[in-house]
Amino acid sequence: MLRSFFLFLFLTLTSVVSQAQEIEVCKTCEVKTIQAAVDMAEDGDILRIKSETYKEHDISIIDKSLTIIGEGFPVIDAEMQGTAISIRAENFSIEGLKIINVGRSHTNDFTGILVSNSKNFEVKNNRLDQVFFGILLERSSEGTVSGNIITSNAKSQSTSGNGVHIWKSEEITVKNNEVIGLRDGIYLEFVNNSEIINNLCKDNLRYGLHFMFSDHDLYKGNIFENNGAGVAVMYSKFIDMQENQFRKNWGSASYGLLLKEINDSELRNNIFEDNTIAISADNTNRIDYIENDFRNNGYAIRIRGAVYDNNFKRNNFLYNSFDVAYTGRLNNNKFSNNYWSGYSGYDLNRDGIGDVPFRPVTLFSYLVNKTPEAIVLLRSTFIDLLDFSEKVSPIFTPADLIDAQPQMKKIQW
Amino acid sequence: MLKILKYSFYDLSRSLWSYVYFFFYLLLGVVLLFLNNDLSNAVITLMNVIIILVPLIGTIFGVMYFYNSREFTELLLAQPVRRSSIFFGQYLGVAISLSASLILGLGLPFIIYGLFQSGAIWDFASLLVSGVFLTFIFTALAFNIALSHENKIKGFGLAILLWLFLAVVYDGLFLLSLVYFQDYPLDKFSLVASMLNPIDLSRILILLKLDISALLGYTGAVFKQFFGTGLGAFTSIAVLSLWVILPVWRIKYISAKKDF
Repeated sequence: MLRSFFLFLFLTLTSVVSQAQEIEVCKTCEVKTIQAAVDMAEDGDILRIKSETYKEHDISIIDKSLTIIGEGFPVIDAEMQGTAISIRAENFSIEGLKIINVGRSHTNDFTGILVSNSKNFEVKNNRLDQVFFGILLERSSEGTVSGNIITSNAKSQSTSGNGVHIWKSEEITVKNNEVIGLRDGIYLEFVNNSEIINNLCKDNLRYGLHFMFSDHDLYKGNIFENNGAGVAVMYSKFIDMQENQFRKNWGSASYGLLLKEINDSELRNNIFEDNTIAISADNTNRIDYIENDFRNNGYAIRIRGAVYDNNFKRNNFLYNSFDVAYTGRLNNNKFSNNYWSGYSGYDLNRDGIGDVPFRPVTLFSYLVNKTPEAIVLLRSTFIDLLDFSEKVSPIFTPADLIDAQPQMKKIQW
Repeated sequence: MLKILKYSFYDLSRSLWSYVYFFFYLLLGVVLLFLNNDLSNAVITLMNVIIILVPLIGTIFGVMYFYNSREFTELLLAQPVRRSSIFFGQYLGVAISLSASLILGLGLPFIIYGLFQSGAIWDFASLLVSGVFLTFIFTALAFNIALSHENKIKGFGLAILLWLFLAVVYDGLFLLSLVYFQDYPLDKFSLVASMLNPIDLSRILILLKLDISALLGYTGAVFKQFFGTGLGAFTSIAVLSLWVILPVWRIKYISAKKDF
């Protein structure tokens, strides 16, 4: 009684004296569990969690602006029971925690760190391992998720969650995170005006980065490697895609970048390397593809139906099995000033632009689009002959699908 | 038979053409490796070369050798030697020396380049195995043609035609039928059709070994499922062997009856 009175006195005094009070959590400290520390903390307090293992789950922080700092990566083991930490607050930050063994469920989105209805927050430098969902933000704004390392061992899409999952939020920055072995690396649904920068998404089952109904976003400098598909951008508009690398998304149903129903966006300075299909565009309008590199892909660009006003300019197409596969009419899409490694024309006036237009669609890729089984004849002599004769005098491939100014040298950007 | 094989083999190993063939592959291997610097890319390019050139050289060389050594053959026929062993000996002599040129010519630069440290060794091995099979198949076919036709011009013409058919025209017909029947399920058909032609079969066996097989999409998955199993591997080896055995059997059949 006396002790708790003193503690009370101490707490009130310190909170009067200094705004930010520090609470230490460890096995030998006065406060032994994180939940207890959270319960006694006031707005603006700092929780220092010492390096130990805490078997806790469903730690909930409601309406308290706390700074939670893990020292030497204290482990929060949720023992496969449910969500580790859930927060609904403004002005808080969580850093330096290691969260493991988040429960799996078919009905609940159990998460390492769940942030809902929050504003102005920071989740940084945490390590999450064996999680269902890693970091989940919903109905939040002005937050930063940075420097986190999220790993798991997703086996099937139905029993795994996403690394960073953001739903119905605004102005979120996701930066310098590593997401390895989940379902989707980073998932955005109804997320506007946000930035995804310098993340690494690797070995995820489905997509490295997945946009749904999200507008006015930027993703830049990310690396997407060996995912089911690198990035899927669906039902979104005004997306800025810059300086990303899409690598080794290789498999019979893999893409580097899947564009579906997206409008008014730009791709600039991205590198696509060793993907089965580097870009698959379906129902995309007014997209500019400028100064990208396509190297050693199966298909560099595969254009499906209802694609209008796409502009391909100053890209390098290097050693892809098919540069462009095309379905339907040209629909005002333009290829100009690209460099094609398959171009065999000449440049008499030496202005760096080939004098003969280049036709990126070969007869074989046209045929494969019509009868997919014809792909068995890949690299057979007959097909080479066919492509050659079609190149000389095109009959089947769309006559106006040409690059009228093919570059003679690889474009430096 | 072994003695005749030895004579044919020594005869061929002194022939300029074997060396030309050997040096051609040596040069090809060296150039590819040092221009490409990438083993698996080199394997793909080599595959393109092998599925065209090996059958062509096998047929031409087989026909040429048979016509050229006709006098020697007639001399042998006068001796108390079995007919089948004369022709088998000659056939094996040609096929083995061509295969040796191929294996040595391509193998040396790859070994120097460091094949054994590389993961591409199995791709390369399958390349060589199909190359050797193709040599044996097309040399046997060439002997068949030469045995059936006294007229050299006719024989050469037929040999070229045969090569043209299997290497090029067959795929054209294949493609035409795929396009024509595109409304029907064609997986089984394309599987069977590509197994029937040794050139297509070896092309697909090599392609499936390489990364590029992911490009084949759904059809490729069907192929991979089939060729990946023991049954598939067995069937494809069986088909290739059958392509060797049938023409060889016909050599024996014709040579036994033929009036020289």
